[in-house]
Amino acid sequence: MTDKQVLGLCRDADTTARAVEALEKKGFSGNEYEILTAIPYPEGTFGEKPGKHRLYIFPFIGALCGFSAALLLTIGTQLFPPLVTGGKPILSIPPMILIMFEGTMLGAILFTVIGVIFESRLFGPKLGLYDRRITEGFIGLLITASPERITEAEQIMAGAGIADFKHSLTGGNNK
Amino acid sequence: METEKNITEKQLHKDLLAPVFGFSRRFWIAAGVLSFVLLAAGLGFTWMLIKGLGVTGLNRPVMWGFMITNFVFWVGISHAGVMISSILRLSRAEWRLPLTRAAEVLTLMALFTAALHPIIHSGRPWRTMYWAFPYDFSREIWPNIRSPLIWDVSAIFTYLISSTLFVYIALIPDLAIVRDRASGIFRSIYGALALGWRGTNRQWQLHGIVSVLLAALILPVFVSVHSIVSWDFAAVTSVEGWHSTIFAPYFVAGAIHSGVSAVVVVMALMRWFYGWGKYLRPEHFDAIGKLLIAIALGWFYFFSMEFIFGLYSLEGPEIALRNMQIFQPPWSIFSIVFLLTAFFIPVSLLLFRKVRRNILAMFFLGITVNIGMWFERFLIIVPGLARKTPFTFDWGTYRPSIAEIGIVAGSFGLVFLGLLIFAKIFPLVPISDQKEGQAFKGEIQIGRVKIKTTLQD
Repeated sequence: MTDKQVLGLCRDADTTARAVEALEKKGFSGNEYEILTAIPYPEGTFGEKPGKHRLYIFPFIGALCGFSAALLLTIGTQLFPPLVTGGKPILSIPPMILIMFEGTMLGAILFTVIGVIFESRLFGPKLGLYDRRITEGFIGLLITASPERITEAEQIMAGAGIADFKHSLTGGNNK
Repeated sequence: METEKNITEKQLHKDLLAPVFGFSRRFWIAAGVLSFVLLAAGLGFTWMLIKGLGVTGLNRPVMWGFMITNFVFWVGISHAGVMISSILRLSRAEWRLPLTRAAEVLTLMALFTAALHPIIHSGRPWRTMYWAFPYDFSREIWPNIRSPLIWDVSAIFTYLISSTLFVYIALIPDLAIVRDRASGIFRSIYGALALGWRGTNRQWQLHGIVSVLLAALILPVFVSVHSIVSWDFAAVTSVEGWHSTIFAPYFVAGAIHSGVSAVVVVMALMRWFYGWGKYLRPEHFDAIGKLLIAIALGWFYFFSMEFIFGLYSLEGPEIALRNMQIFQPPWSIFSIVFLLTAFFIPVSLLLFRKVRRNILAMFFLGITVNIGMWFERFLIIVPGLARKTPFTFDWGTYRPSIAEIGIVAGSFGLVFLGLLIFAKIFPLVPISDQKEGQAFKGEIQIGRVKIKTTLQD
């Protein structure tokens, strides 16, 4: 069944926290609501559970990829040309270390950025149910649930003091 | 004296988004003047391309002159962003908030400009591709990774990409703010750039983590870049004054010194040009002034060690070079200007709170330090090459040509035009950070005094 969405908007963090508490009491899980804000509130301000993420894995994978690419590049560019080294080893280790360091760091940074885009679900310009007033300081409480539960959620939010609502029929791309 | 005031969200948007959504006459005048300056570089460069490197003052034995000096200078300036942004972010210095983006963008523009200089200096820019990138498979021409010049390419390339991503990631919440106020095609463009940012708690949580993570990852790159630039010189054993083991930390400290001073100049310009006195207040100048004292002292320590150990070796050629730098004009005049402007004048004045809180004074001190630091690089590069050595059949001094002077002047035009255009397209003061600072600040009364507080997660 297609999920519906409702976005409740208010100015006040306390009202939003009350609404979240009331929603959780009525059995709404953390997967069914999201809080949209213009600034980063401290974790747990609205009573939400801390989210799990795998961002820390990305720099390690990136560092490994960058290191491998730099290793191949530095070995390859030294082995391919028939350079006369006067009896010295063909592979010059100290410069290799420098370039491999830069490659490792570049890989780690690139993958960290890919990681945050992936983990934050920043996949494109589509916003789903959204209101421009959020960047003006309004706090949005977005519920994605089945149509029956949406009406209940709206009533709960209204009971907590949220008066402004927006609705949408969507596949729920906000997760 | 201006003090911190409560700024409403509406006012904050109006002030900080004004350059993005409006065109002022000031903008066009500044863009025109800077383009004209940039044209000087364009003309100098074109003349050099047509006639060859002979139009420059470069000749045996001084083959590195103004362009390489300027390269090192701009690489140094590019250390401003990471110093202000990463180090102060990791140390949670709240006063950094309004200056971070300008410092980061200054990094980008300065690094881009720096990277152009060795390419221009080569005289045949298209040929630099052969030694920098492994692409010429048909003729089997590969980069020689043993050369410090290739280390430069890899370090600067890494730093440029990393800094660009650092700026972009920090910019995403502000791009969403612009998107929500733009219309038509601009809304679509900013929407695409904002990647669908909605400000969910997950997005904010990860944004906070990635800011710290990227700051920590960029720091080693930042140190490596100017270390590697210093090895362009330090790896050369035949030039006195270059072959020094202390060059890497000395260059990094110098880069931070000139970079942070450049940020002071940009801060003052932002304050005057955009009327952002409410956001860039005297207390910010005061804080960065104190930071500058600490940095200048650190840099001076490395400078002294480099100089003293040069003399302590009692090697004839090294002593002769120092003698030339200190007692022979014009090098002696440059040395006096360098020491006075890079260290003695600014540090002695910055000790006074009144000076640190005077925007005009700070602006001129920022320029003064950078004049000195430009001369420092010039004095490292040119005298060592110009000095007569036993086995060279040709020696002489160096006189920059008008083409080189044009390129150096134009580089300043390029950096400031880049900043101006960036500020026209994107918010130059981080709006989300400002809002966060406003939302979580407060005052507590202790006895008879009120103490300003900032809530931190």
